[in-house]
Order: sequence, then structure tokens, then C-alpha cells
Amino acid sequence: MRELSYDVVTIGGGPAGMAAALAAREAGAERVLIIERDRELGGILQQCIHNGFGLRRFEEELTGPGYAHRYIDMVKATDIDVWLDTTVLAAEPGGVITSVSPHAGLMVVRAKSVVYAMGCRERTRGAIRTPGSRPAGVFTAGAAQRMVNMEGYLPGKEVVIVGSGDIGLIMARRMTFEGAKVKAVFEIMPYSNGLTRNIVQCLEDFDIPLYLGHSVTAIHGKDRVTGITVSQVNDRLEVIDGTAFDVSCDCVLLSVGLIPENEIGRAAGVALDPITSGARVDQFRQTSIPGFFAAGNVLHVHDLVDWVSEEAAIAGRSAARHARGELPASGPERSVAAGEGLRTVVPQRLSALEPGKMSVRFYFRAAKPMGASVLQFWADGVLAFERKLRVVKPSEMIVADIPVRKIGDAATLEFRVVPAPEKTEAEDAIEEEA
Amino acid sequence: MAGSFGAGPLPDSADVVVIGGGVVGCAIARSLSRYELSVLLIERSPDVATGTSKANSGILHAGFDAEPGTWKARLNVQGARLYAELSEGLGIPRKATGSLVVAKDAAQMETVADLRHRGIDNGVPGLEIWSREQVLAHEPNISPDISGALWAPTGAIVCPFLATVGFAENAIRNGVRIVTECAVTGLEVVDRQIVAVNTSCGRVATRFVVNAAGLHSGEIARLAGDDSFTIKPRRGEYILFDRSVGQLINTVLFPTPDKVSKGILVSPTVHGNVFIGPDATEIDDPEDRETTAGGLAGIIAGARRIMPTLPLGTAITEFAGLRAAAGKDFVIGPSPAARGLVHAAGIQSPGLTSAPAIGEVMIEVLQDVGLRLRSKASFVPVNPAKPRFHEMDRATQAELIAADPLFGRVICRCETITEAEIVAAILSPCGARTVDGVKRRVRAGAGRCQGGFCGPRVTAILARELGIPVTAVRKDSADSWLFLSRADLDAGEGIHA
Repeated sequence: MRELSYDVVTIGGGPAGMAAALAAREAGAERVLIIERDRELGGILQQCIHNGFGLRRFEEELTGPGYAHRYIDMVKATDIDVWLDTTVLAAEPGGVITSVSPHAGLMVVRAKSVVYAMGCRERTRGAIRTPGSRPAGVFTAGAAQRMVNMEGYLPGKEVVIVGSGDIGLIMARRMTFEGAKVKAVFEIMPYSNGLTRNIVQCLEDFDIPLYLGHSVTAIHGKDRVTGITVSQVNDRLEVIDGTAFDVSCDCVLLSVGLIPENEIGRAAGVALDPITSGARVDQFRQTSIPGFFAAGNVLHVHDLVDWVSEEAAIAGRSAARHARGELPASGPERSVAAGEGLRTVVPQRLSALEPGKMSVRFYFRAAKPMGASVLQFWADGVLAFERKLRVVKPSEMIVADIPVRKIGDAATLEFRVVPAPEKTEAEDAIEEEA
Repeated sequence: MAGSFGAGPLPDSADVVVIGGGVVGCAIARSLSRYELSVLLIERSPDVATGTSKANSGILHAGFDAEPGTWKARLNVQGARLYAELSEGLGIPRKATGSLVVAKDAAQMETVADLRHRGIDNGVPGLEIWSREQVLAHEPNISPDISGALWAPTGAIVCPFLATVGFAENAIRNGVRIVTECAVTGLEVVDRQIVAVNTSCGRVATRFVVNAAGLHSGEIARLAGDDSFTIKPRRGEYILFDRSVGQLINTVLFPTPDKVSKGILVSPTVHGNVFIGPDATEIDDPEDRETTAGGLAGIIAGARRIMPTLPLGTAITEFAGLRAAAGKDFVIGPSPAARGLVHAAGIQSPGLTSAPAIGEVMIEVLQDVGLRLRSKASFVPVNPAKPRFHEMDRATQAELIAADPLFGRVICRCETITEAEIVAAILSPCGARTVDGVKRRVRAGAGRCQGGFCGPRVTAILARELGIPVTAVRKDSADSWLFLSRADLDAGEGIHA
């Protein structure tokens, strides 16, 4: 077993891993390594051949591979080491990483800083407990996307999509382009979990019906799937008797949520946020284990890759500073809570704020769709800051910069989203300030 | 006759034909392979262990349930002992966890005391009545409102797929031919004597037929004019939980049984998962493996009576299995209708436990109907060990990769299964032919992502190793195709349509 030393190692070479490694190198980390399990960099972007990536980061509309290649080219232009076809078996506190590959065998890497960038995986049929038989033809949307876009095979001809996550919506359009009949998308919630632009461009433009408030109550078929039974649900998500109907199909694609792929962090004992299923981090994206950082979908599931790149750059810079011993010590922990109207907030805690820093950026997911709303920031129980939100959707991340002077010395920070009151001049003024 | 496995031509004749590649048929084939006989096992599916053997509790029962004097009582205790002897050599994962029958009141304490006496009559060693405190010390997460339990130290858990594959592989190594994707269509009987088996892939002349066709064993008997028993399938639903909650329990936890079944149990699996189930629903269709919302809700409620803090959020899959029930006891012995036809049928619980003992007793049954046996000097009782990468220490892992670099490529991230293990599972004498076959042998796709990551990769490896197109790779059953080529769709008619 060979042993090597690095300043910063990112576990994962997708958008988060590449952005973190580049930022670490730019921030002065001398020896930086990306470990990637696939045979090329880019992660899940490589199978996302549709466009819509990079509007924020590059001010251009790119495909997934296009966005990935911007970063791959940047990585190649540096002396960052990249290990492909390499799987991390363990990353222990103290920065001892054990990896394995066919070409180099078992390797032990000693890293001063580690960035988790493993991405996420798809929720399965088992996780949502869909009854019925277990025939061939039931795939998670992402697995099907890989087969179609990277391997050139189709998962079926008559498709039903369960769940309205973005991958499912994208696959509805993709399968239509491939000549398959996409019969419907069924979503148990009364609202979609996908981006509005995907509802319009992937369903409405192709006359694919979206059934909200509908649950799949059975999957049928012995060898290959032959159809599903669907029922309406009430506001407690319980099946309404007498509403069942059957839809024939030879393929069911599931797009029912994403879960951070956090096994390596969990094994190392990193404290997790039970709602995001990612690590609890501070504004440096440092986890509960000093020197271990997290960014991208392994931290919390993002809607746009542009935010992933931005967050990963924070983690990468912090990792570089930690490697040099220049990251401020955590100090007393200040907790950040997602209160009324919100499901998640990242970061979930604050370390000592650095002098000269003007604001801290927070990322939120809403608990439910709302119209015009106000994002409130409460410091030690006092309303310290408000920002208007035109519309709130669980599928779209809310990003807000909170001025450091508003945070002050507060020990507990809480964010809420509440319905906007009737518009007043005073609130317009607040909006201006934001 | 050289051993073999796969779809393929049938021999013209065989000394013994075993119908059914479940754990019972495979154990019988292995027992027969100790003798100088040509043995043919025929199986309808592309793989072994695709019926009742693939969806059951995976428990080696201690043997206190069955009424003394029944086949169940005799074969259960003997089978549990045989697994203890055979498992390691055959590569069958087995864990001696012990089991508890949990009583929640005075009446149930009386029932478990009766079970203990019955167990003693059946020859089950080591049975003890435990107090509430003893149980809670052993199982801290169990419901605190229990009164006590029956402790059976010989209760154990086993991998039912690898038990079947272990018996099948050893049978093949000792000369048994297993022909898959071959359905029995008729039994030729002349003067009340079996003379041949007709199948979807031809005719085999034989004078001895073992009916181990599980859910279809009644239909097989009927082909010889034998209506001495009927299979009434009884479905049981299960929920399987992630390995991350494997520390929840240490042993198999049964509720105190009622008249119909052993009740909803909470059990570890040999691979470190936890499962709950099964319920018991009589059904008509011997292929109806649908889970139901009501069934799943019922087993959750049942399991909560033993384990109130069930981690429902960590469920990774649900499935249903069918018990091939034919009355109270197993149907073991010669057919009253046709000489040479013998039954190993109606094998419901404790069938998995009993399987190796059924293998032994069927030798006696066949001898009784005239099969002449001569021991085979070349019989090899064990299978070569198959390295399981994730169970090895780092130094051994490094040696494995040095010998075969494919041990360095992790294909299934959830279970840390390497490409070398998957290739070996396909190329071994009883090799996987389907994606589920790979999963059952090496657990690629059996973890929390349920093949979301490794499924396409396993499909590609199967295509490569079997020399077939990706469009010919199947999930499990003969017609369970997974992917179409673009040309199939362009032509407007799938090749599989």
C-alpha cells in the first residue's frame, strides 16, 4: 500500500469536487487531489445533455457536459492531481483516506483538509413504499437517463413518470424525443417538485399531463411492468376511495427525491442534519470534524449547479486555509434554524465571523409553496432583517445575504418565511435595503 | 455426465430428473450427486432460487414449532444441524444469532412454556424460558411491555439465495446438469411407471422423477394423474431496512404464535439488514407476488408490537413471497399414482431450514422405490471459497487486487462490491445470468440505492461476460427484458413486444 500526502483532497470529481479543488488551489493549497469513482470528471452533469446550466455562473446557457467541461478544462490547466476510476473506501478523522482502483490498488492518502463532494443518489421505490409486483421496467429516472444518454439504450416505449422531480421532467421530454410515448407524470403533492421552466419546457410543450395530488397505489406485471394503478390523495396524502384508475405502460420512471450520498461522512462520525441528510456545517462549510468540509449535493440537494459551484468554492477556499492553519477556530457555536415556512437552511451554524466580512450567504428550501412572502431573520428572538420574496416554491432554493451588522453577536439565529402583508411604503424601503 | 448450468439442450436420458431449482430441488440434487448417477435438474426460470427460495425470512428455525412426529419436526431439527456442518464449506453465509419467542402476558408465557416442551420432544437443544429482564438485557430496543420469552440458542439466520446457489454449485461440481428456462409440459407414464419427462425443450427418458416444483408441485403431480395433494399459495409481505439500522437487534424476534402463522417477526439478516414480516394471505395465483398497502400497514403494526421504534424511514425495499402450502405437513414420499415419481412438495416453513435434510431423506425415498445407489469416490463436498472484498482486511484486499485488478473497481457503492466479484458470480459453475441473479449472489444492487447506481453497470458487465447484447440482458424471469435499442423503437416494434 502506497502512502501520499496532500493539502486538500476532494472526494468526488463532479461539479462540487472540481470547484472546491480549483478554489483550494487558487487559495494557495500546494498539493490538491480530486478522487473520482467514474472514468471521467464531471459527475452527474455528464449524463445531463439538456441545456439550462450555467446561466448564473457563466452567463451562458450550457448543457451539462458543456458546464462540466468548463471546469474540466480549468482543472487540466492546473497541477491538481486527478485519480479516476478510484473509489474512496474510508476517510477517517485526521485526514487518512483509503482508496482503491484497478490501476493503483489500495492507496492511503494523508490529507490536511478533506472536502466531501460525493453528490447524491435517487430515492427508490422502496423508500416511498409503493405496493405491487417487482417486474423489470421500473427505474429511477437518473439511472434511465444514464442508459439513454450515455449508453444509448431505452428503458421502454410506453412510459409513466412517478414524481415530478427535475430529472423525471427532463426524462419525460427525453423519452418523447426518443419516440417513446410518455403517458403522464403523477405527483403525490399538490404542487410540483420541479423547476417551473422544466414543467413548461418538458411537459406543457409536449402535451404530457401532470397529475398533482395523485399517488401510485400499485405496480403491475410479472416479467415486465404492464401498468400501474393510481389514486387521488387528500390533503393528508391518504388515498381517496373510489378514485383509482389504471394506466398501462411498459416502463415506470421514478423521480421521487434525492438523498445526499453521505456514507463516508456518516462512517467517520460527522454530525448530520436530519432534514437535509447532509452534514451540519458552518459558513466555511466545515463539518463537525475539523478539517472535513462538505459542498454540493452531498451537503444539501441543490436546484442549480451554479449554486453548487459557488458553495464548493467556499468549501475549497476554507479547506486551503485550514491546511495552512489559517482558518479561525470555531469558537462558541451559534446555531442557525429553519423556522416557520422553511424546511432547510445551510449553513446550520456560524463560527466566529471574520473582520472585514460584510455579509453571510444562506441557502434555504421552503416547506410549502407560497405567494408573495417575506423572509425574516430573527437574531436572539428579535426580528433583525426582512426581505421580500415574490413567490416561494419548495423546488427552488432561496438564497439570501444577511449583513454581518444584522447578525451581530446573536447566539441563536432563525429564519422564517411568512406571507407578505399588504404592501406599505415602509416595506418597500426594507426591500430597497435588501 | 459432466455438470453444467444454463439454458441448453436436454440430454436424451437421465437416471434421475429433479423438477425445480429452488433450495429444496438443489439440495436434493446435491445429495444425489454423491452417487454414480446421471442427475438432471430442470428449472423454468433462467436461474435457481427464483420462487419461494428468493423471498422468505431466511431463518434457520430451531425446531420447536412443529408437532412431534411430523416431517416438519424431524427435518427441521436435522436441517438446522446440517447447515451448521455444511454452510462454511458450501459458501453459505450463516449467523448463529439464536431466536426469541416473545410473550406479552401470562397466557402467552404459558404458550411459550408449551413450545419449550414441544421443542424438547423434537430434540431441540438448549431451550430456556427467559425473564423480562433477561430479554431486555439481550435486546435493549425491544418493547418494554413484555413478560418474557423462549430462548432458542440454535435458531440462526442464513442467506436463502446463497444456500440455494451453494447446493446447486456443489451439485454441478459433482456432475449434476441443471437446464434452465425449461418448463415441464408432461410426464409420460406407462403401466403406472414413469418413463419420461416432456418439456418445452424436449423429452428426457427417465425412471425416477423428483417433484420439487414448489408452488407448481401440485400441477406437476397432476401431470402423472396424481391428485393426492393441492398447493394453496400463501403470500407473505416483507419490508427490508438499511444496514445502517442493523444494530437495532441481535437476534430473531418472533411474537408468540397463533394458529395460522408464526406471526410478524423482526429479524436481522445475515448481511446486516433488518426485516419485518411476513403476514399470511391465501391467494389463488401461484405467481401473485404483489405487495399491498394493507399488507404493508399490517406488518408495520405487527412489528411495532415487538419493536415500537421501527425506523420506517430507512426502509429500502418491500417484497412478497409465496409459501407452497399443502395442508399441515410437508408432502414427502412416493406418488400413489405413478411409480418412480416422488414428491418433495408442500414445503412451507420451515422448508428452508429443512432443505438439506429433505435432500437426505429423498435418497431414502428413491431407494424405497427402486433407485440403486453406488457412492461416487470423486465426490467433493465443498465449493471453493469466493472472496468477499468488503469483508477482508486491507492487506488481503491489496493481495486480491494484485492478483486481479478488477478487485480494485467498486461497482456497487452501497455494498462495496467489486467488478471481480461480479465477474466471478457470472462465470462460476452456477453462474448468474440476470441482473437479479448477480444481486442474489454478491449483493450488487441489494443496498440502499437498490441498483440505481450499479444497475446499468451490472447490465453492461453481464452483456460483456455472457457475450450477449445489452438488450438481451434480463432482470430476473425469462421475459423480463430491461432495455431496448434505439433501432427497436425506430422500427415501431420492440423485439420484445
